[in-house]
Amino acid sequence: MLGERSKHLRRLIIQALEGGGRGHVGPSFSLVEILRVLYDDIVKHDPKRPDWPDRDRVILSKGHGCLALYAILADHGYFPLSELSNFCRRGAMLGGHPEHHIPGVEVSTGSLGHGLALGVGMALAGKRTFVIVGDGECDEGSIWEAALVAGKYKLSNLTVIVDYNHRQSYGTIEEVQPLEPFRNKWHSFGFMATEIDGHDIQALNGMLIQENRPMAFLCHTVKGKGVQSIENDPLWHHRDVFTAEDANRLRAELA
Amino acid sequence: MRTDCEPNLRKTCLRMVYELAKQDERIVFIGSDLGAGVLEDFKREMPDRFFMEGISEATVVGMAAGLAREGRIVYVNTIATFLTRRAFEQIAIDVGLHRANVRLIGNGGGAVYAPLGPTHLAVDDIALMRTIPGMTILAPCDADEMARLMPQTVEYEGPMYIRLGKGGDPILPNCFRRGEPGSILIVATGTASQLADAAAAQIGAYFMHLQVLKPFDTLCLLRTVQGCSAVVTVEDHGIIGGLGSIIAEALGESGLQRQLKRIGYPDAFLYGYGTQDEMRAAYGLSVENIVKTVQELCGITR
Repeated sequence: MLGERSKHLRRLIIQALEGGGRGHVGPSFSLVEILRVLYDDIVKHDPKRPDWPDRDRVILSKGHGCLALYAILADHGYFPLSELSNFCRRGAMLGGHPEHHIPGVEVSTGSLGHGLALGVGMALAGKRTFVIVGDGECDEGSIWEAALVAGKYKLSNLTVIVDYNHRQSYGTIEEVQPLEPFRNKWHSFGFMATEIDGHDIQALNGMLIQENRPMAFLCHTVKGKGVQSIENDPLWHHRDVFTAEDANRLRAELA
Repeated sequence: MRTDCEPNLRKTCLRMVYELAKQDERIVFIGSDLGAGVLEDFKREMPDRFFMEGISEATVVGMAAGLAREGRIVYVNTIATFLTRRAFEQIAIDVGLHRANVRLIGNGGGAVYAPLGPTHLAVDDIALMRTIPGMTILAPCDADEMARLMPQTVEYEGPMYIRLGKGGDPILPNCFRRGEPGSILIVATGTASQLADAAAAQIGAYFMHLQVLKPFDTLCLLRTVQGCSAVVTVEDHGIIGGLGSIIAEALGESGLQRQLKRIGYPDAFLYGYGTQDEMRAAYGLSVENIVKTVQELCGITR
């Protein structure tokens, strides 16, 4: 069962989907608890000073999950909640992938496989860095190139978080490009790798720990988590059209 | 025309990175599995700012962008074609979109690696880099010019591609040569400029070496073109998207009616091996052919 805060953040996502009339639904809903725990409990940040030099760095490498990021950033006051309703509209602050000019967004992402190398650079510059990647994104070779570098330098200030929702655009990970033994892969690249329930707030708080090497948390999640009728439905990965009716139905099911 | 006693363009570039890094703590160097011993002094004296990574151009460029976001000025060095082709998306997005202070130094711009075959030739690197908004492109022609340019790369805001030739190229005494009134203008870039200058000297043509290809100084070009009867471009690069294209675009929109002839590699993969000079000559990049091309054009324009 989702707590009230998790439901509240999903309602903000629905607000943006309704405002923009489109968007990535499943890959945002699977991310909500991960981002909630990061921004509420783990990451050192200050919404009043998005450019504060001592902030921790958070990179949403799976940029298509941006609605979950926008929801948590808006909720923390990085920008007005009303911006959510302009999602993807001409001239809006918030578009279909995160851009670095948005307060609280560290780097622009959208093309998959870029975030980990960027995070390695930031970690090498001495910043505590969290990089959130998708499971499907780990098909990209550049993720593993960057993982090699992180292992080489034993970047203890770098944490990789995998939104392991077991589904990519076309179908299941197992069907399109299997990743198992996934934890062993990260482990063999020099990471301290752990599997946790990506919707369990208490378990996610375990991401606070730092070891003498980079960390990888494989967070088992459910695509579309929170609205049973869309959970794990590939048609709800992305919606080209998202109506007010859809919004009302999702809100009703969420409650 | 290449002699080993000339100061080396490539070595000068890397040596300058080392010298500049000694004066500025923001400067970081990243190589991708370069030759043994490269920048030994840098590694010994500033080990925390020297990174020699594996054969992973995409990641090296991404890392560089990450470091640049944290206030570093990052000089990345590897073979030009692997940098610009393999890591193109990282250059466009991680570096370009973020206007990151990354300086990409490409070894072997042009047909330097002719004996190694078409996988190693960088004859489309200028074309690729030109498409990235905000990318500055430098193609110096000799060690002296490199030494003058490098200090300016430190404070410059935004990304930069620095195209290196083989090194050991003769020093070009002047970037501009005044021709006989109304003669043809030969425009060249990088280490092809030495050929163009020699040809211009033989036949009394105007000559112009362009070391900054982007942003491009159209006004400066057009002012020179006004006094000339036609334009010939010379580059160790394909004629698609490089200097020849840049000049064609500028001329085409200028309203100046001037015949243009581009000397460079055609729309083809380049086979045949041999030395760089042999590869160049096979496609008309020789003093002899530049002279001939200008003379033929004179026949048309007069």
